[in-house]
Amino acid sequence: MSGYEARFKVWRGDADGGGLEDFRVEVNDGEVVLDIIHRLQATQAPDLAVRWNCKAGKCGSCSAEINGRPRLMCMTRMSVFDREETVTVTPLRTFPVIRDLVTDVGFNYAKAREIPAFVPPAGLGPGEYRMMQEDVDRSQEFRKCIECFLCQDTCHVVRDHEENKTAFAGPRFLMRIAELDMHPLDAAAEAGLDRKSTAQDDHGLGYCNITKCCTEVCPEGIKITDNALIPLKERAVDRKYDPLVWLGSKIRRRSP
Amino acid sequence: MAAVERQQWDVVVVGAGGAGLRAAIEARERGARTAVICKSLFGKAHTVMAEGGIAAAMANANPHDTWQVHFRDTMRGGKFLNQWRMAELHAQEAPDRVWELETWGALFDRTKDGRISQRNFGGHEYPRLAHVGDRTGLELIRTLQQKIVALQQEDHRETGDYESRLKVFQECTVTRILKDGDRVGGVFGYVRESGRFFVLEAPAVVIATGGIGKSFKVTSNSWEYTGDGHALALLAGAPLLNMEFVQFHPTGMVWPPSVKGILVTESVRGDGGVLRNSDGKRFMFDYIPDVFKEKYAETEEEADRWYDDPDDNRRPPELLPRDEVARAINSEVKEGRGSPHGGVFLDVSTRMPAEVIKRRLPSMYHQFKELADVDITAEPMEVGPTCHYVMGGIAVDSDTAAARGVPGLFAAGEVAGGMHGSNRLGGNSLSDLLVFGRRAGGYAAEYAAAATRVPVAEEQVDSAAAEALRPFSAEGLEPDAGPPENPYTLHQELQQTMNDLVGIIRRAPEMERALEKLAELRTRARRAGVEGHRQFNPGWHLALDLRNMLLVSECVARAALERTESRGGHTREDFPSMDRAWRSVNLLCRLTDPTGGLAATDPVRGQIDLVRETTEPIRPDLLALFEKEELVKYLADEELYE
Repeated sequence: MSGYEARFKVWRGDADGGGLEDFRVEVNDGEVVLDIIHRLQATQAPDLAVRWNCKAGKCGSCSAEINGRPRLMCMTRMSVFDREETVTVTPLRTFPVIRDLVTDVGFNYAKAREIPAFVPPAGLGPGEYRMMQEDVDRSQEFRKCIECFLCQDTCHVVRDHEENKTAFAGPRFLMRIAELDMHPLDAAAEAGLDRKSTAQDDHGLGYCNITKCCTEVCPEGIKITDNALIPLKERAVDRKYDPLVWLGSKIRRRSP
Repeated sequence: MAAVERQQWDVVVVGAGGAGLRAAIEARERGARTAVICKSLFGKAHTVMAEGGIAAAMANANPHDTWQVHFRDTMRGGKFLNQWRMAELHAQEAPDRVWELETWGALFDRTKDGRISQRNFGGHEYPRLAHVGDRTGLELIRTLQQKIVALQQEDHRETGDYESRLKVFQECTVTRILKDGDRVGGVFGYVRESGRFFVLEAPAVVIATGGIGKSFKVTSNSWEYTGDGHALALLAGAPLLNMEFVQFHPTGMVWPPSVKGILVTESVRGDGGVLRNSDGKRFMFDYIPDVFKEKYAETEEEADRWYDDPDDNRRPPELLPRDEVARAINSEVKEGRGSPHGGVFLDVSTRMPAEVIKRRLPSMYHQFKELADVDITAEPMEVGPTCHYVMGGIAVDSDTAAARGVPGLFAAGEVAGGMHGSNRLGGNSLSDLLVFGRRAGGYAAEYAAAATRVPVAEEQVDSAAAEALRPFSAEGLEPDAGPPENPYTLHQELQQTMNDLVGIIRRAPEMERALEKLAELRTRARRAGVEGHRQFNPGWHLALDLRNMLLVSECVARAALERTESRGGHTREDFPSMDRAWRSVNLLCRLTDPTGGLAATDPVRGQIDLVRETTEPIRPDLLALFEKEELVKYLADEELYE
């Protein structure tokens, strides 16, 4: 298969506004969208702003919307498009634009800080942790997350609802709570922290109505909705309405 | 020039990969107010690309493993050129550094009895690599990132401010270390997003910027690997050590062209994958060098038995150290026995069931499926050597990670030299980051606590700012010299030059040509011009990075020309064997102009001076860990009989 000339539309601009700019650019066998963006930089638009790092789907830097769909540019093969098709690349819509394809993803770093960290179990020193593979499998799935923030971008709770951003941590960070909650040795409960109820009360789990958009865009194939959010919802609901659990939590909190 | 914003910190860490983050955690825990500066977003550093695992003699998989065995493997892998004290500290402390990660929330793969699982890797006598599938680097970086957040949460509870004691300045680039006399006073840099300049004043600076791979065309390294820390240290007056040693990882992807160089983890071979040429032959049996003859299997049958019975069989030659395997692949391809796209075949599909491959090597499965339309559970991969790691780096004190000759400057991780000698074993990088990141952070904090702050003169800040702004006025500077140069074109020419002329197999005339070409590029780079403005402008960023890549490339080429032997990651076609007389020789690179200025220099003389130095003799109790017969292969006679 030989090279051809493709039509691209790339959003260019900054916080004050901008628009789609047309390009015609060479495409070769096996290339991905990020290769084409790099070719534009090297030959036509040296100041075209784009984030990228590993170019192998491992770091989650080159997130953008390609023909309206949130994707990693480094993992989107040009061969998925028809040669006649115009490929449109725009920045992530949920986050404020800095310049061209680069957005301010600070929202995610702020949310990360609000999730209470892993609580190491008392009385177990380094090297003394024992966990079975089947018990770490669930949390390990969530730790495959490369923090590309595509799930955060696509989630309709915040995508067109700026006003929900304060109350809602987004799928990535609700999944982080699930990960810690399912960690076999996390001692949050012993320290008086109920992760399930914080997910519900502090991080907006209730906003999620399990449309699975996050799962669909995840480049790591993590089943965010089925394996993290739904179980977390079930456990949070159990807590909330089960009087015995409620009573137990009150009693346990009193113990030293 | 407008005033540049200044802030005061105790310790500034440049780089936020494994070494930088571990250094920052340590410095903060020792009470130093610590700033971390990184070119990318927090958590995206090149460490995420590490796949195989963290080498540490925890003896979970084989009870015979000890730090002494790990030390021996590391010295053999580095062909005894390692700074032995670093190799010793590394082997001793690695297990504690891994276990510590678990207390911060890391979730490694487990053994049947619930401990951390350990896998086989090239050059390691026992299964030694703690891992999470083939995404260990991601687990490491995320764990350190989350530990930093945990410390910030602690600070928030006490002070009401997450960033009162530990702050990450993300998407910022440092272009100069600022000094007063000999001593470090801080750093000068720019915010990528806005182009705004800033100064962080601090008595101690830890450089943890990683490697130099972006000076080569075929590389597994990301855009960040432009040798910034190496260049910053040189410009600050610190020497670089043994820069000729560059590791070409044997297995990078070779097709399609756009992914050429992307890493294929050594775990593929550690878990049973084999290398074959176009005749279907497992060619590695033909490439076992004399120094390793007793340790590797001679037949396929013995090699295959080793996976289940390692005590009674020798290891397969696919698991030789990386330099050996890379050279072997290079030879097979050169002799016409390569694969269709110029590599060799790496096959797991005939070695284990599809579901095992998908479980143990998930990202390799994904990577080949998505990027090359290859199903590795059904067909072999095509692989070839790719520039992966630089063993050379800033010359440091083994115990404290302090850079030589510049009080207040420290270095850890890939940017520091010495630990791996002439060749690094797989898995020893992540452990290196943790062991020496922690040491650098600790000693930097200690130094900062005792040091008085030195003033940073306004003129230094002004000249750093002028240097950084130069690409915007390229046309006006030397109107007679020619039109402005495109930084992307210069970068491509540099990569081609290093790849072709100072690559995996080296010859004197080619390296001489490389030095001439580098001189030409250096002159042209002074005219590198950029369009647009300072806000998130990749053309400008690249124009500034070129200075660093050119400096580092000159170091590699000069040192490689000087060392007339082949050892580890330095292979000379004109001097094909290892020479024991070179074992005790270190090559140090220093800036020719000690004031740190970079004038348009004489092409022949260049910007770098080389100095030979004799290594410190290996401590007798460490030498006693080896058999005499083995030492004879490496050490010069006078070293043996001292």
